[in-house]
Amino acid sequence: MENTVLETRHLSLAYEGKPIISGLNLLIPTGKITALVGPNGCGKSTLLRGLARLLKPHIGTVYLHGADIFRQSTTTIAQQLGILPQGPSAPEGLTVRDLVAQGRYPYQHNWFKSWTPEDELQVRKALKTTDLNQLADRAIDTLSGGQRQRAWIAMTLAQDTRILLLDEPTTFLDLAHQVEVLELLWDLNQLEERTIVMVLHDLNQACRYAHNLVALSNGAVMGYGNPADVMTVEMVQEVFGLACRIVPDPVTGKPWCVPLGRQRDSGVNQHNI
Amino acid sequence: MTTIQNSILGNQSVTRVLLVVLLITLAVLGMSLSLGDYSVPPADIVKAVLGLPTQDPESSFVVVTLRLPRVLISWLVGVGLAVAGAILQGLTRNPLADPGILGVNAGAAFAAVTLIVLFPVVAPMYLPLAAFSGAFVVACLIYLLAGTGEKSPLRLVLVGVALAAIMGAFTTLMLTFGQISNVSIALVWLAGSIANKSWEQLWQLLPWLVVFVPLALLLARELDTLQLGDAVAKGLGSRVTWQRSKLLLVSVALAGASVAIAGTISFVGLMAPHLARSLVGSIHKNLLPVTALIGGLLVASADFLSRTLFPPTELPCGLLTAALGAPYFIYLLYQRRQR
Repeated sequence: MENTVLETRHLSLAYEGKPIISGLNLLIPTGKITALVGPNGCGKSTLLRGLARLLKPHIGTVYLHGADIFRQSTTTIAQQLGILPQGPSAPEGLTVRDLVAQGRYPYQHNWFKSWTPEDELQVRKALKTTDLNQLADRAIDTLSGGQRQRAWIAMTLAQDTRILLLDEPTTFLDLAHQVEVLELLWDLNQLEERTIVMVLHDLNQACRYAHNLVALSNGAVMGYGNPADVMTVEMVQEVFGLACRIVPDPVTGKPWCVPLGRQRDSGVNQHNI
Repeated sequence: MTTIQNSILGNQSVTRVLLVVLLITLAVLGMSLSLGDYSVPPADIVKAVLGLPTQDPESSFVVVTLRLPRVLISWLVGVGLAVAGAILQGLTRNPLADPGILGVNAGAAFAAVTLIVLFPVVAPMYLPLAAFSGAFVVACLIYLLAGTGEKSPLRLVLVGVALAAIMGAFTTLMLTFGQISNVSIALVWLAGSIANKSWEQLWQLLPWLVVFVPLALLLARELDTLQLGDAVAKGLGSRVTWQRSKLLLVSVALAGASVAIAGTISFVGLMAPHLARSLVGSIHKNLLPVTALIGGLLVASADFLSRTLFPPTELPCGLLTAALGAPYFIYLLYQRRQR
């Protein structure tokens, strides 16, 4: 299928001996942003790691452009698919430039002619896209959380892959930096048509930045498709066990999930019921 | 166009650092050949090393037969331990790791002490072999127990500490029940001494370094990738378990061979990579050569001092590296707490 870049068939994944996902069938559309959402421990990170061949399934497999991901050389995969795991850490003193240069690993086969003009070009491009030129010679451990996350994204960009998988790219960032990272990913999708799959915690950010929403609960897909269709009061209740109301996002008009708390009887909104 | 892959300082200053360290090393090696109970003038050192007749015929014997093998062995041992330490620090992503955590020291010590105490007659001949076997067996055991999973770098450290403690207990047991005369020989070995080394031991040690130091340099890029963590490395297309196994083998071979010849010389594997990192950053293509030279310089200097500080008494070289290294270790810990 031309419009499917990644596909799982009967995928079963375990983490540290514990089965997390069983018999999962999922399609990831080409050139779109897909967000995986779900409560803690629902298997969304495990699924992402499975899609990126970091976890070997005991049953089923993952297909990249229709070919079994586990029957190809891992370097070939790395030239097509980049993954940024959650909370990566760099060794002390490593500079942004040196980290980003690591993204060229899948292209470096020859020890003697290790650094090509193409490598140079891709690293420069990645630094420019993530707006890190000024910080290129700084050590990663001296940067702020948002800058650090951009440096890691730059590393995966230097990998020059059509597909980017990111595990909670906004965790531990303040709101402004979260938006900054999501806008960057949005641009990468819009301007360069890269396929992006990311695990997100924030439902509203998922609705706002994803074309395609995958809601997971206990390792099973409970909702799949356009956020406008998937994001319903019933889905949130079923997947998160949370009572909420869905209203249009005042900026984009996309679905916006407003949780109902105990204050809901305070009277402010009573005339709306 | 400046190339991107070099660290903070760029290639030029890596070369400069290498040159400076090399010059200091040559100066120390020269002093070490020249000074001691019997002083040899610099001109005679050069002549003796080149095999030319010296003014004083004694000089040739002192330099070539007594001092040169020892000086070279101390330098090589330093190179081996330092490179082994740098690899381990990268692999475990722990800047406080040291070849000791691979159980190399503990394994070598147990095997060597057992041999000295139980079979004192054959001990001198088989000591390096026994020490290397002990180091290798314990390192393999630790590797098997730590597994190859994502947490293996941390488990490596923990299992290493546990096994080192067990081996230490057995070593103490041997020392407790051994004959006093044998035990004192064993204690000198344990303290790490490069005294009374001859060309024979140099030839035993050299092949290991000639093979495994270049291998370490070939694997430098893999180490850079592995040090970003398993998930990132796998995502970049690295065959993590395979690369880690190769690097561990190189590290064990270098540390094992060094310990087998010189006994336990501690803290060099910890200190040298640290000093090198502060000079050229943490890209291993630059880091490993600088680490190697600094390690060589450290042990060569320690050996020189151990021989000349309190003549005619010789201190064990390992005692000096520990005396210098332990405060440095504490300083490192203190500095990290400040962050």
